[in-house]
Amino acid sequence: MSRSKAAPLDYLARWPLRLWLALVTIFLYAPLLTLVVFSFNDSRRNIVWQGFTLDWYGAVFNDSDLLVAFGNSLTIAALSTLISLVLGALVAVACWRFRFPWKPAFEGALALPIVVPEICMGVAMLVFFSRIMAWPADLPWPFSLGAIVIAHISFSFPFVAVIVRARLASFNRELEEAAKDLGASEWRAFMDVLVPHMKPALIAGALLAFTLSLDDFVITFFTAGPDTVTFPVKVYSMVRFSVTPEVNAASTLLIVVTVVLTAIGLRMQGRDIAKMEGGQ
Amino acid sequence: MSTEQPWRQAKGPFAAVFAAPALWLFVFFLVPLAVIWAYSFGRTVGLTDIAIDGTFSNYARIADPVYVQVFVKSLGYAALTTFLCLIVGFPVALAITFAGPKAKVWLLLLIMLPFWTNLLVRTYALMAVLRTEGFINDIIGWVGLGPWPLLHNNFAVVVGLVYVNLPFLVLPLYSALDRLDRSLLEASLDLGAGHVRTIFSVVVPLALPGILSGILITFIPAMGSYLTPDLLGGPDSQMIANVIERQFKRANDWPFGAALSFVLMYLTFAAIAVQAMIARRRKGLEG
Repeated sequence: MSRSKAAPLDYLARWPLRLWLALVTIFLYAPLLTLVVFSFNDSRRNIVWQGFTLDWYGAVFNDSDLLVAFGNSLTIAALSTLISLVLGALVAVACWRFRFPWKPAFEGALALPIVVPEICMGVAMLVFFSRIMAWPADLPWPFSLGAIVIAHISFSFPFVAVIVRARLASFNRELEEAAKDLGASEWRAFMDVLVPHMKPALIAGALLAFTLSLDDFVITFFTAGPDTVTFPVKVYSMVRFSVTPEVNAASTLLIVVTVVLTAIGLRMQGRDIAKMEGGQ
Repeated sequence: MSTEQPWRQAKGPFAAVFAAPALWLFVFFLVPLAVIWAYSFGRTVGLTDIAIDGTFSNYARIADPVYVQVFVKSLGYAALTTFLCLIVGFPVALAITFAGPKAKVWLLLLIMLPFWTNLLVRTYALMAVLRTEGFINDIIGWVGLGPWPLLHNNFAVVVGLVYVNLPFLVLPLYSALDRLDRSLLEASLDLGAGHVRTIFSVVVPLALPGILSGILITFIPAMGSYLTPDLLGGPDSQMIANVIERQFKRANDWPFGAALSFVLMYLTFAAIAVQAMIARRRKGLEG
């Protein structure tokens, strides 16, 4: 009966596909939901539900190591996002606008950080920062994170470049020419004409760079010295060596951060796209 | 699109946009890789010194069956993971493609949200579900079976790899399917082909380049996975990345670790080359 009502390509209206979607959703979300629910469980052994408690969140907020690690992660992600955004946008513009010798080779090299397996990049950073350009160990706080920030920028900015370049493909070059004809300098034309056009891609790139940085475990694991620990590295050692419900609470907090950031990002992008379409 | 300006016409602006990223890429990415590459031809002398003397002994050691087995296992896990992701993800991508505009946004968000969630958190969440006291074993217990060992074995590694890599495949699949000309599908259905036949003889061939690049995007990170086999696997579930990590951290044999990571990198490039070759051959057929 519903067969005759649904359009031929309206696959979403068919029950086998709905069932499949439901199963995939359960597969994707059941583990995360379990984690969130058990972060409120009043039991040390984390197995059966014993009652509601916020104790594990209290433990997280009293665990100074974990808070320091979390602060490090956010600082690294913020710095890495900022610099990745600038480098990624610049190189996207360079490859989009100019023809230069060895361009295909350069573009290939630029894509390398995206395709090289994380572990290979991790060990390369380990060797680089321990043997070639030793990062001083006793620097004051944000500077002690320098090696990790550098590593994160190296794998983030090519992603930003890909996104920005895709956006630039839709740019009408005559706009920039017009700005220059009307007397704008290269710099003014870049900032007032090109950058506004790139804005949605810059927002998307920033979100991606931030997520990549916050998510990274393997490369940080190899780059970090003994005194600089990030949130994933700290959670890893907690998972490895002392499974307590505190990890559930800490992980839940990170999930909340992710969801909030996603919502903010989507709103920003949605508003931006709406503005662009309204303005045209 | 050949409106690119020769760099000599505007050296100043070119230098302004090119110099910083190029320098960064060179110093903080290509140099570290080159150093590792040089190390792979070296020997450990003493505790921290490495002599780079052009030896191939590290690569010769990889021919040892123990290491060949690890590579074969990693390739096999990655292939199995990609295959399972394809089976699970294809209907999902199909549903997203043909959903209404509003449902499409929500379905995409549904797939993306776990993808944005920290990998370690996702892996840890899966551990809680799969463990002997986890709720899957509870359910199996109610039915009167089990408990089954679901964690710390090869089964858990494959489930984990599918779990973390599924969004990687669904998104490229969706963008490949979304570009299809729908009238071709409708024509196929009008001419009497069933849905299954339409999918296999119209949708899949037309979307093949996108499907292949989606497969590649899933296969590469799956092959180099470190966390999943480390946390979910048992003693016999090690993949290449775990062996590389051990060479660098515990075994302190950097040259051998460097050689292993370069073999992993060559395998990655080989996978990319195969995909590019298939894509080019198809283009040749069409054009």
